[in-house]
Amino acid sequence: MKWRYLRQSLFFVVVRLSALIITLALLGIIVFLLVNGFSAVTWDFLTLPPMDSMTKGGIMPAIVGTFYLTVGAIVVALPLGVVSAIYLTEYAKQGLFIRIIRIGVNCLAGVPSVVFGLFGLGFFVVFLHFGSSILSGALTLGILILPTIIGAAEEALKAVPHTFREASLALGVSKWRTISRIVLPSALPGILTGAILGVGRAAGETAPIMFTAAAFFTAVLPKSIFDEVMALPYHIYVLATAGTHIEQTRPLQYGTALVLIALVLGIDLVAIVIRGTIRGKKRW
Amino acid sequence: MEPKKYTFTSRAREIIIKNLFAFLAFISVLLLGLIVLFLFREGLPLFKQISVAQFLFGSAWYPTYNPPEYGIWPLIVGSVIVTVLSCLIAVPFGLLSAVYISEIAPARIKEILKSIIELLAGLPSVVLGFFGMVILAPWMQETFDLPTGLNIVNASVMLAVMAIPTISSISEDALYAVPREYKEASYALGATKYETIVKVVIPAALSGISTAVILGMSRAIGETMVVLMVAGGAAAIPRGIFDSVRPMPASIAAEMGEAPFGSGHYHALFATGIVLFIITLAFNLIADHISNRFKEEGSGTL
Repeated sequence: MKWRYLRQSLFFVVVRLSALIITLALLGIIVFLLVNGFSAVTWDFLTLPPMDSMTKGGIMPAIVGTFYLTVGAIVVALPLGVVSAIYLTEYAKQGLFIRIIRIGVNCLAGVPSVVFGLFGLGFFVVFLHFGSSILSGALTLGILILPTIIGAAEEALKAVPHTFREASLALGVSKWRTISRIVLPSALPGILTGAILGVGRAAGETAPIMFTAAAFFTAVLPKSIFDEVMALPYHIYVLATAGTHIEQTRPLQYGTALVLIALVLGIDLVAIVIRGTIRGKKRW
Repeated sequence: MEPKKYTFTSRAREIIIKNLFAFLAFISVLLLGLIVLFLFREGLPLFKQISVAQFLFGSAWYPTYNPPEYGIWPLIVGSVIVTVLSCLIAVPFGLLSAVYISEIAPARIKEILKSIIELLAGLPSVVLGFFGMVILAPWMQETFDLPTGLNIVNASVMLAVMAIPTISSISEDALYAVPREYKEASYALGATKYETIVKVVIPAALSGISTAVILGMSRAIGETMVVLMVAGGAAAIPRGIFDSVRPMPASIAAEMGEAPFGSGHYHALFATGIVLFIITLAFNLIADHISNRFKEEGSGTL
């Protein structure tokens, strides 16, 4: 009899320990980057371009590039994702068509990021002649985050109570008006959360932009969507693996990694907080 | 009040909107098709030069030699080894943390831990690769007296960090979906909480947990930056777990920049992409099938 409870206590210790180790892994990585990168992140670092063949200076062009790519990706993915989610939750009935769409979205979510990069290269860069550019990169990233946006928007739409729709329809309001005036506004905060998470994901991806948008170094900021850009994740990769100054540029690498992680985790945290607030405040 | 408005134009508009939305929702499927089309368009020309068997099972990957050799067997082996090893690490952690979150943790800790796992999922892979390079690699090299710290173990550990959130969050959904009556029945029979979790809750959630593991593996095998930065990059069959490998995504990412457009090397990298795509597609279809066949509310979706 005692053994049963001892075994239980042991199991609980192991379970708690595993949760603790995961927490420590995240904290460890963050603290490590903070400690090593903090001194590198100065105002100049954030506002100057790289200098002396990337051994000095800052990362301003990479910040700007990541901003453009991310905004472009969300402009592509958000409308398409929300409309898809509306169709899947509000219109579609069970059947082959919807089943195919669901499998398609699930499989799209599982495509490796480097394969998105290959696709972007083959389709946008080469076939459509967009070249290695903001446009190619943003479209590639947009497709990559599309399943994330669809999933989040679907969840937000499903969370709107059926009674809202029924009340509206009972008043003789058409289906589309019910969706656009009642359902969408109620689901908006949830959809926004998903969009923010998508932004975070797009900002941190490296492999999809390697062949479609990212430049090793650009002296000037991009002037059009057909220009190549520097990007934070790619900049880290380049500094850490290529060139002859790997040891010398360590502080720059830590600094860039810290900026990227602060950006991405900051974005994710905003989304998590917004979601928590919605759940807390929900009136229904 | 103009009841007339709801006769023709309104109905037509409803139909137009519905069909437009159906088409837009279908774009995801079209994109998937487009991805397949362009992978094959750029990858298939390789097979004018060598056979599929030579490509898949050839043991030499010397794409820049003259004559070049495009055997990706070492790359496949590299991918499989780091994926399996990373799952050996990630499955226990993912599953146990899911058990903790859904069955044991107090509400407050539960929320915090869920956020932590979500943040872990959000860590950019390039940052994990960087961490593996500058921390884990030198440490391993010194501690185990190795020629290089960039090896299978290092890559597997960092990949596990990426796979844990996937496995944990999907398993947690599955555990959460187990009906309360099951647990109550188990307690009523005098079972302890441990016995209930291990003998009732986990078996009941097994299909969801399998989905979680498969999707975690799919994530690990397709992950690029980590294996590119910390797996070492040797395109040879490894003899031990401290050897370097060159998994498929690493090869694609590292070499695409240098492969001349339209060359055999270029086509070979796309063909490698096809192999990678087919593997992950198979994983996803299996996961989809399992979660559909044993449907539990709210399980198995990403």
